[in-house]
Amino acid sequence: MARERTNDQMPDWSNYRGVLVFVEQRNGIAKNVSWQLLGAGKKLADKLDVSLMALVVGDQVEHLAREAVYYGADKVFLCEGPELKDYRTRPYSRITLKLIEEIKPEICLFGATATGRDLAGAIATHLPTGLTADTTELDVEPHPSRLLLASRPAFSEKMMATILCKQYRPQMATARAGVFQALPRDPGRQGEIVRIDNPMSEDQIAAKVVEFIEQRGGVNLEDAEIIVAGGRGLGGPEPFKMLQELADALGGVVGASRACVDAGWIKHEHQVGQTGCTVRPKLYFAIGISGAVQHTVGMSNSEVIVAINKDPNAPIFQIAHYGIVGDLFTIVPAITREVKKRRAAKLDPTAAFRA
Amino acid sequence: MLHIVVCIKQVPDSREIRIDPNTNTLIRQGVPSIVNFYDLHGLEEALRIKDQHGARITVVTMGPPPAEKSLKECISLGADEAVLVTDRKFAGADTLATSYVLAKTIQKVEQEWGPADIVFCGKQTLDGDTGQVGPGIACRLNLEQLTYVGKVVRVDPEARRVRVHRYLEDGIEVVETSMPVLITALKELNEVRRASLPGMIRAARYKPVTWTTADFPDIEVSKIGLKGSPTIVAKTWVPEARKIEGEMISGDTPEQIAEQLTAKLWESDLAEKLGWI
Repeated sequence: MARERTNDQMPDWSNYRGVLVFVEQRNGIAKNVSWQLLGAGKKLADKLDVSLMALVVGDQVEHLAREAVYYGADKVFLCEGPELKDYRTRPYSRITLKLIEEIKPEICLFGATATGRDLAGAIATHLPTGLTADTTELDVEPHPSRLLLASRPAFSEKMMATILCKQYRPQMATARAGVFQALPRDPGRQGEIVRIDNPMSEDQIAAKVVEFIEQRGGVNLEDAEIIVAGGRGLGGPEPFKMLQELADALGGVVGASRACVDAGWIKHEHQVGQTGCTVRPKLYFAIGISGAVQHTVGMSNSEVIVAINKDPNAPIFQIAHYGIVGDLFTIVPAITREVKKRRAAKLDPTAAFRA
Repeated sequence: MLHIVVCIKQVPDSREIRIDPNTNTLIRQGVPSIVNFYDLHGLEEALRIKDQHGARITVVTMGPPPAEKSLKECISLGADEAVLVTDRKFAGADTLATSYVLAKTIQKVEQEWGPADIVFCGKQTLDGDTGQVGPGIACRLNLEQLTYVGKVVRVDPEARRVRVHRYLEDGIEVVETSMPVLITALKELNEVRRASLPGMIRAARYKPVTWTTADFPDIEVSKIGLKGSPTIVAKTWVPEARKIEGEMISGDTPEQIAEQLTAKLWESDLAEKLGWI
């Protein structure tokens, strides 16, 4: 990232128009971030009054091209072939590069995933153009500048920075999963699907994917609707069992602040915020979490936040919808019991009378 | 013999950076400089390959003169040569300009010490967090590219193939490719060794090779430093937590509090969305 410079003279980019989103998939199943990017891209395209385009690459992924239309794309480029089953840098970057050179989009968005970063990094260098990593806010300046305002956390998420790319097109960014909202899926939506060729054959590709070992059973914070997260106030690894019980009662998963992960109380996969993940559940319990910016940047978009902390001045209360000042060690089990009672009442309406 | 180039960066330990609450600016004073730790895992893997197959290891960095300290650290760990590329003209480089200079540097290293078979980078730096320089170098030097590598399964110098595990969000990809290859290292890759006494002695006496723009006759000035950087930081700010009119719930006993809270949650539209009622 370079400092600001005074050169505001912008070249004529009027032949670059439209927003292109790369749709990431594995085995014909799209990553959620792809639809989230179409949601974010739609807003940009509407503001610029241009079309939203998507690129789908893989083996037997035509259905994903249709899905991309349902999620907001006006035009989808589809590149299929058995040699494209697994992501590999060379063919995928060649296909994407060729398309970008042909259709000249003014903005290209990729997920800030391993695949998205691997691909975008190669393409931006080839073009060449500017690439902003791991954005969490995207906006555009209206015509005539049409500049992409790509904002991302910086300095271990302690600050935000807005990055511009004035002298090159397209403007590229990778965007963090779980931050942007997908449009509601609309199977009635119409769009154009255009098939494109893969310029590379298998014998031109040195990389061979031998095997993919899927990791199941891990914590999926990003897709969780309910997260019960613990912080330093828990004092050790043991109380996470109590949080797990509440999470189980609610049908949610357990999250944690960085302090707990650093202290070794819980595995990194549970971490919310700073170098962890950004979540947007319907319900978020912040238990014994003071609410440092590094944490709140990762969870403040939750629909409903419940904070439990013994310190009435904890900053977490400023963003909580329901705040409870008190001893988490007695309050959390009480909530768990109450939740179980209420949920049992739903399953067996007579239970409420017997309780 | 294999030739392995390891790219490193000396960075402020961003975990130590604090924000001044009065001015909303970064407090950089007293923040220690360290070798970006992902890069050290790249170096360690290079050293392991050297231990097993024999290899020459060249460490390169672009940075201000004090970055020599980090290069010496790499020498103490077992690298053979270290190159500092430094020039005021390189300052202000974004990832595109950085990968350009590093690619030029690696080409010059190859002229001096032979072609590189493997290039290691960290998966990303602590201060930039982009992970874009590795793919940038691979692209410029037309290297095979293996990012987010958590395990090197085998290196076969005869067949000129490497097999690795890439750690992705949804699982582990076992992938094989040919040399020359660029690998970006995760911290799961290995445990970094400690410097040996002979290593430390060698490092103390070692003077890194230093190159400036003058050592690159064909470098295009328009592609380096601030001038060669397409991205510019328009503004920075400290995110303010979204303030909302929250409701405090209190009661005489935990049971009362729990009853009130759950009642509120069950009365809200959450209950229906979550299928509680």
